[in-house]
Amino acid sequence: MTDILEISSLTKRFGGLLANNDISFNVKEREILSVIGPNGAGKSTLFKLIASFLHPTSGEVRFRGQRISGLAPHKVARMGVVRTFQETTIFKSMTVRDNVIIAHHLRSRASLAGFFLGSRLAQSDELDFERSADEIIDFLGLGGYRHELASNLPHGHLRALGIAIGLATNPQVLLLDEPFAGMNHEETNRAMEIVRGVRDRGVTVLLVEHDMPAVMNISDRIVVLNFGEKIAEGTPKEIQEHPKVIEAYLGVEDAAIGI
Amino acid sequence: MTTRQKLGSASAFIAFLLIGVPLLISVTGRSDLYYTLTSVALLSIISAGVWLTFFIGRINIGQGAFALIGGYVSAILVTQYGLSFWLTLPLAGLFCAAVSVLIGLPILRLRGVYFAMVTLTMTEVARLSAFALPITNGAKGIVSIPLPGAVSLYGVTIIPDFATLTNPRLAFYITSILLMVLCYSFLYRLVHSRIGKICQSLQQNEELASSIGVNISYMRVLAFAISSFLGGIGGAMFAAIAQSMYPSSFGVLDSVNFMLNCFLGGLGYVLGPMLGTFVLYFGWDLLFETGDFQLLIYSSILIILMLILPNGLLSIRLLVPKQS
Repeated sequence: MTDILEISSLTKRFGGLLANNDISFNVKEREILSVIGPNGAGKSTLFKLIASFLHPTSGEVRFRGQRISGLAPHKVARMGVVRTFQETTIFKSMTVRDNVIIAHHLRSRASLAGFFLGSRLAQSDELDFERSADEIIDFLGLGGYRHELASNLPHGHLRALGIAIGLATNPQVLLLDEPFAGMNHEETNRAMEIVRGVRDRGVTVLLVEHDMPAVMNISDRIVVLNFGEKIAEGTPKEIQEHPKVIEAYLGVEDAAIGI
Repeated sequence: MTTRQKLGSASAFIAFLLIGVPLLISVTGRSDLYYTLTSVALLSIISAGVWLTFFIGRINIGQGAFALIGGYVSAILVTQYGLSFWLTLPLAGLFCAAVSVLIGLPILRLRGVYFAMVTLTMTEVARLSAFALPITNGAKGIVSIPLPGAVSLYGVTIIPDFATLTNPRLAFYITSILLMVLCYSFLYRLVHSRIGKICQSLQQNEELASSIGVNISYMRVLAFAISSFLGGIGGAMFAAIAQSMYPSSFGVLDSVNFMLNCFLGGLGYVLGPMLGTFVLYFGWDLLFETGDFQLLIYSSILIILMLILPNGLLSIRLLVPKQS
């Protein structure tokens, strides 16, 4: 497997706070890689840096060999690195279907003027988007809520909608920010199936997560951050036995790291 | 309503404005209504611009500035460069759009009350600039602007010289209505195409819009430029009708009114600003009889309306079929 993302010496400083310090790791194509760490370890900052919502103080992120750090987020999204959000960030006053359709924006072949004039290309785009949106909605089990306003969705389905929006952009790398947060056991299992399904569609998945059993279950590899630094990287098994990880989580119930 | 029904009722409405209203006015002899209705049509064009900025999630209290700039651009081009008014009309709009791109690039990053404050200041800056700049002739303004001249193509007169008409007020009325129809059709199409959905995505969550690949700064500037274009041509028409342009022609109060028109009509409907302008303009006139209490009653009614109908007058339409 080739490396799809190369993160090298990534550093982000907010005033006196070193949120990310010299973080390097590679992400392989079509793997599920989780970034874990105690609160304030710099996971969210790392995600924002990768999706280019923040620009690094030093270091860089390369996507298929091309530097993406410093580009505008919509450009990075166009290249195929797409981020979903920690909060249940969706377009609240649109229907579920409209949410997913609008997220196809990246795939538009027609120009804005084409859409305004209703050109043939724009019309075929619209049809494609609707078809693909319906497919994604069914894939994520949202079929029953198609015409529901997004703000009326139950919590677990909101997260699925967030993933649907991400998928609609046809990403190569999907960054999922805490996809299992606030879910019960059953919902988590379903969400894990979804994430596996996303990977099976050929998407590389990067996720930040607190739910350790879920992380250990789903990840191919794990990167552990603590105080803004990478302290370990490896398979779930290696991570569970890693002395630095155990130290970082010292005082935390064993169950919390899934041992 | 189906598309056919919508087109039907729109055509009926336009026919009523172009034929029915002039007939009614000639029967009743209330030719003063021409001026009032022309003003409503033009103010609703300017308000439509404000509505579009609302649609991308920005409170715009700066439209007065663009109406003022548009009016001056047309007035100066007509009086000092001898250009035909009909040419200055789009030029005024384009000039405003260009200015709005320059101003919009930095300020459209601001959100909520900060953007509103900056745009409010913009109106005042435009007024003060009109006082100070030599080309706008300060407080004396630009006066005796000639009426719009004739336009002919291949020797055929398409638009007659307004100065030769016995009733230029009717001509201005028809022009303004046609312009209004044109602007609202454009806006309707814009909002109901994918572009409208993109604007909505900006309004609801800019970060998410950006992460699905929307170039948010480009879309914001585009919407702001269209908004200012509408403000510019509205202002230019007013300058032609009044045949004069002063720094006080459009001020902060006008900017606020444009915004109120949108609120009252409904931010969720393209036709909201049109209805809002009509109701507010006539409401204000109807209350003239109450003398000193005019403003008090007017603003009380506004407050009550916004409390009862936070989504604007057009939201009533949606309540009716639900009950039946």
